[in-house]
Amino acid sequence: MIVSVASGKGGTGKTTVAVNLALSLKNVQFLDCDVEEPNAHIFLKPLISEKTSAFIPVPEVAEGKCDCCGKCQEVCAFNSIAVLPGEIRKDGSVLIFPHLCHGCGACSYLCPRGAIHEVKKEIGIVEKGFSDGIQFVHGKLNIGEAMSTPLIRQVKKHIEPAKTVIIDAPPGTTCPVIESVRGSDYCILVTEPTPFGLNDLILAVEMLKTIGIPYGIILNRYDIGDDCVDIYARGSGIPILMKIPFDREIASLYSKGLPIVGYKSEYDSELKNLLEKVNTLIGKMNFNPQGRNGFS
Amino acid sequence: MKQIVIISGKGGTGKTVLTASFASLAKSKVTVDCDVDAADLHLLLHPSVKERFEFRSGQTARIDKARCCECGECIDMCRFDAIGKDFVIDPVSCEGCALCSRICQYGAISMEENVSGEWFISDTRYGPFVHARLGIAEDNSGKLVSMVRQAAKEIAEEEKKTYILIDGPPGIGCPVIASITDTDLAVVVTEPTLSGIHDMLRIIDTTGHFQIPVKVVINKFDLNPENSGKIEHICESNNIEIVGRIPFSAKVPRSLVQAVPFVEYAQDEVAGEIISIWNKIESIIQEKKSSN
Repeated sequence: MIVSVASGKGGTGKTTVAVNLALSLKNVQFLDCDVEEPNAHIFLKPLISEKTSAFIPVPEVAEGKCDCCGKCQEVCAFNSIAVLPGEIRKDGSVLIFPHLCHGCGACSYLCPRGAIHEVKKEIGIVEKGFSDGIQFVHGKLNIGEAMSTPLIRQVKKHIEPAKTVIIDAPPGTTCPVIESVRGSDYCILVTEPTPFGLNDLILAVEMLKTIGIPYGIILNRYDIGDDCVDIYARGSGIPILMKIPFDREIASLYSKGLPIVGYKSEYDSELKNLLEKVNTLIGKMNFNPQGRNGFS
Repeated sequence: MKQIVIISGKGGTGKTVLTASFASLAKSKVTVDCDVDAADLHLLLHPSVKERFEFRSGQTARIDKARCCECGECIDMCRFDAIGKDFVIDPVSCEGCALCSRICQYGAISMEENVSGEWFISDTRYGPFVHARLGIAEDNSGKLVSMVRQAAKEIAEEEKKTYILIDGPPGIGCPVIASITDTDLAVVVTEPTLSGIHDMLRIIDTTGHFQIPVKVVINKFDLNPENSGKIEHICESNNIEIVGRIPFSAKVPRSLVQAVPFVEYAQDEVAGEIISIWNKIESIIQEKKSSN
């Protein structure tokens, strides 16, 4: 079973929920897919045993073979190739902008002279390890690298479906988040009761509807704002799985890189039951496929 | 005209709260929301939309079932696993590279232009505001960021504004890079948590990579004095000035509920510190101007 934790708005408590959920369960694999700013390792402190570079393929031109016909520039949908045609007494040349390249392979496949081959460009690293029986995987995007989705894809290649897989997703609602949560059986959306939290929650819900993943809400710091998220959740038939108050002790643990589990036992049973709750909701949904998000 | 971007690496550290207050304090500026994934600044600035534009970006493949002979060549060639066994394109996976449409021997695949969002030029009582809404599950936020920034720049030049204030997205990837390039100053908002410090270091490296001058604000600095000390130490040894230390306040989420920039919501220590931060930023920018 794969459960992802996402949010729309940043800083609402995704990592806190994901980490503590993982610590409450047995036979768990944890994937930190926030490759731009991974934080889960701070709390889980895994012993890293495996470190691999992640690459994307980018084109390289064999100058002897290239006649600067311009085909590669024409077929590149991402403007990552510019061909400067030759002039009298001067050879042409091909400029490649690897940071724009999506690695689709069109240029190398379609080059009429077979002058383009692909070389590997490192975009980040994937680290794998163990922490208290939890199998841990995360990715770290290289500084200055724009594209995080190919790295997220490589982190997710390590998924072991026999385990309970917890995925910590990045904030937002676009490509990196979709890449992180797709394939999940359920997505937990962590939010806070402010207009910002609600606005971004609605965007995240729309995204999950589009890709067809069931979801529920964890309302974090439920007592700091107003009841806008409750009203929205009730009106939309979205279950609120758990409510966590603003608690200076939790904030303090978080600031020190410590989890709630093991330090504040009053949340233990609710965290332990969270997955069961999710399972029941998924079960209900299977019996009631026509229902709105399965819960109406 | 000077461009100031507010970023953080980690989400939820207070970028938008700070940007909205700067928008309230700065006299002559255009404000831009570059967090096009999850835009929130409009909730505090209450824009009335003057002009609305479609954001067209990239293409998505479409298979004409009548022509398709199901040879499977496109499935083999697609690097993004965007073509299902039923020969239907998954528009979320399709990156629009068009390789499939070029290699299909039966001419069964066409490319269709995406409308992936909208962007707006608005009026607010804080002056012009440029913002956007990326479509659900859409791609290319970096391009949309560049677009709203270009629009803001044109308005600022035309109306001779002193500043462009940019509310940046979290992270260090594509939309962040598009938000910080060619700015005059990046204000990094961090918090005294190990995650906040970790993410601050990565965003500072990123601004360094693009040679953007950077200043740091520690938000909720009193929540963990030891970690705040670490931030002070890191900044000192990297020669980065800390321009503000904002205390924790339960009033901040309440100001969001009231939907006003914090400096208009309260006249307390927090508001005072935000005003002092803005004054420092202004004098830093002015100094730079005169030394140029």
